[in-house]
Amino acid sequence: MINYLYAAAAFILAMVALGLLRVFYGPAEADRMMAVQLLGTGGVAVLLIVGVAAAVPAVVDVGLMLALLAAFVAVAFVTYAPRT
Amino acid sequence: MPHALDVFTVITVSSGAVLFLAGTVGLLRFPDTLTRLHALTKADNLGLGLVVLGLLPLAQSRLDGLKLISIWLLVQLSGAIAAQLIANVARQEGPPP
Repeated sequence: MINYLYAAAAFILAMVALGLLRVFYGPAEADRMMAVQLLGTGGVAVLLIVGVAAAVPAVVDVGLMLALLAAFVAVAFVTYAPRT
Repeated sequence: MPHALDVFTVITVSSGAVLFLAGTVGLLRFPDTLTRLHALTKADNLGLGLVVLGLLPLAQSRLDGLKLISIWLLVQLSGAIAAQLIANVARQEGPPP
């Protein structure tokens, strides 16, 4: 069971890392931002899985912090996005 | 009975992982910004929701389960607002849809 959870976390992490290609290619600034948002959500999912599987509650708190930071990043992006 | 809960966890966490796969494929393959945003928000809301749902039977206490659900609600709220804001920026900088 624990091994399955770690495998699922690794799979989600690999998917999110693949999605970061959009940061590299994305034509619009909003495309790059979306890949970072996916990294935020996927990172939260990975941290929650690892925290529950390893029974380390602090890791779940780290996931909570990452969720907060992802929200702040989105607000900072729309505030300072380059207007053409 | 614990066996049934394990099966439940495997099914829901796998569904969540498949949704993250779908989100990545959509983000990389869809043709324009707004459709990519659509794929991304699906992975955000439903993918994380299914993962959290699958982790609930494994939570140590009732309080830990509540914390998992509230993290999901926070991501849900911020994801919904961020999607609207990013769509607004995409509309201003890109060609009109």
